[in-house]
Parts: sequence; structure tokens; C-alpha cells
Amino acid sequence: MAKTITLEVARYRPEQDAEPAFESFDVPLNSDWVVLDALNYIKDSLDGSLSFRWSCRMGVCGSCGMMVNGDPKLTCATFLTAYDPGPIRVEPLRYFPIVRDLVVEITDFMNKLKAVKPWIVREEEKPLAEGEYLQTPEQLESYKQFSMCINCLCCYAACPVVGLDQHFIGPAAIALAQRYNKDSRDQGAEERLDVLSQHEGIWGCTFNGECTRVCPKNVDPAGAIQQYKIKAVTEWYKSLLMPWGRK
Amino acid sequence: MKQSPAYTLYHPKWYRKRVSTWWWTEQWRSFKFILRELSSLAVIYFVGLLLWLLWSLGQGAESYRDFLEWMKEPWMIAFNVIALIFVLYHSITWFNLAPKAMPVRVGGKRLPEWMVAAPNYVVWIALSAVIVWLMLGGD
Repeated sequence: MAKTITLEVARYRPEQDAEPAFESFDVPLNSDWVVLDALNYIKDSLDGSLSFRWSCRMGVCGSCGMMVNGDPKLTCATFLTAYDPGPIRVEPLRYFPIVRDLVVEITDFMNKLKAVKPWIVREEEKPLAEGEYLQTPEQLESYKQFSMCINCLCCYAACPVVGLDQHFIGPAAIALAQRYNKDSRDQGAEERLDVLSQHEGIWGCTFNGECTRVCPKNVDPAGAIQQYKIKAVTEWYKSLLMPWGRK
Repeated sequence: MKQSPAYTLYHPKWYRKRVSTWWWTEQWRSFKFILRELSSLAVIYFVGLLLWLLWSLGQGAESYRDFLEWMKEPWMIAFNVIALIFVLYHSITWFNLAPKAMPVRVGGKRLPEWMVAAPNYVVWIALSAVIVWLMLGGD
């Protein structure tokens, strides 16, 4: 028989369990299998009641973020062989309420994300006849890194501040705010600063750096937040020295 | 924003886990982070020590001599060595984080991290050298 590896999967069935417990499954240790393949194998062949989220299985959709041996990972990009001989512990993303098995409740994040207006804000749209908004490669470069975020929430599961203060707006939302602030077509930086310069915004961050370490897309949310802090301080000084400067 | 009651109706039993007070002892990384945060206390301590030195200097020669005697106590030396280690840890982690917080762009390209961190170290070492020179007599 081919080699196998044990997956210890956190199960929580709200209708019967008071709290999550681990259930072990032996899955084939195929060299081209990722943790998500193993979960799909369990669901198809061993226990059809296992619940988890996934979609694209290629690191684009951001649905399959889970804790793998205590570290937040995109399970579609985490190979089983990296954990040989196992066992591999698979748990739902830390700090989020668990709905069932590996599925977490993310409404709170969606609300936080909306609060920072992650879209291009224009004071006035220019008429269509004037054509598109042009951008130089340098202007694109200044925000491109932050635009790689896929909302997988690995950074939330890594951030101790998220765990300790549920009002903290969190790494991905701030990085995405910065993605639009740095976009030459955007004019919404001031509106976003009003939300993010509060205590639960950028100032909640202690620069632990875990978000950047775990980010599967190399977005560097920690860097984004510190840069934002510097910007907030300079804006504050400006408004102090030149109160007439701001509208 | 309030969640709609209909939404919570179908998820009556979310499981929420409380974060333990001792979360930072679970991983070496978190422990180092908490040490870094605590090292700011050592910075406060040395500022206090400097103010105390200036104050005893202002009180006259005898008071200053008492201060020096106090500094020679073995437990005081041990305490200062530990505090110094914390301050060094504080400074080094701070300088290493500087390039992440302040990416410098020259001609559209981001400078490598060491080029932002290095000037901090150079100024730090130069200032320390000047202070050591002053302490050794300044000639």
C-alpha cells in the first residue's frame, strides 16, 4: 500500500458538540497533494460530513485559509510532503468564531473592509469623452504589492492584536486602504484616514510583523500600517501648523 | 454595523475561543516580540538613571560620590548589565524594522532594506564612540 499521512482535523458540529475536537484521518501521501487535496479526499472517501471552504485551488480566491500545525496557511499551497511524517493538524483560522468544522464566520471582517472604502474614490468623475485615467509604471508600482491581497484572512489569524481586541480593524483592511491611497487615480485618502487614524485603526498595531510573515501573497501589511502611521503623524502636524490648509 | 437577526438565526452556536493571557509563551516568536515590547522599560530606566545622576551632581560633591558608590554595588552592576542587554535588543530590533516602516524610493525603485538600516547603525556607533571618548577624558 502507498504511504499515508495522518491528518488531525478539528471538527465542530454545533448541533451535537459543545466544543471542537480533533478527528484523525489517514490519507495517501502523494507528492503532488496539498492539504486541500487531502481534505477533499476525506470528504469524498472517508467522511462526507466534513465542512470547509475552498474554490479555486490555485492561490487566487482566498477561501481555503486554515491553521496548519498552528500556522495560518492557504491549504491549496501547502504540500503534505512538507509535514512528512506528520501528523498534520488542520484547524479553522484562529480568532474567528467557528461556524462548523473548518468554516469560520467572517462578517465582522467584511464590515471592517467596507469601512475603509476599498475602491477608487473620486471627488468628481471626469466625462467619458476625456478617456481613461492614465497611470505610469511607477505609479502602478507604488500600490501593486498591496493590490495582491486576496482576503484569505491568514494575517488576521496571525495577528495577536486581532485576538486581543476584536475592534482592531486588522492588517488586510489597512493594507487594502493603503492600496487605494497610493493609487494616483484615487482621491479618498482623507476619508480613509478618518477611519484609520482612530485607536482601533492603525494605532492598535504593535508592529509584531506576524501578518507579513504569514501572507501567502507577500503583501506586507505590517509595512503598509507603519507607513500609514507616518503619514497620519505628518498629516496631523500639517493640520496643526497650517489649520487653513485642510478643507 | 449590526448584523441582521435573520443572519444569526441560522448560526445559533458559533464557537468562540478566548485568547489566553499567556498566549505569548506558546511560541518563541511571540515571546521575542513581548521581550521587545518590555525592553522599552529598560529605556525608561536608563533615562531615569541619567536624571538621577544629573540631580545628584547638582546636589554637590558628596551626593555625587554617594551616587558613584551606589553604582559600584555588585547587584546594581548586574542589574545595569541586564538593562543594557535589553536596550541593545531594543535598538537593534528598532533599526532593523526602520526600513519596513520607511521604504525609501530613489528613481522609482525601492532601496534595499540594508541601505535604510545602515545609516541608523552608523550614526548610533558614531555617537557612542563620541560618548566613550568623552568618558575616557576627551583628549
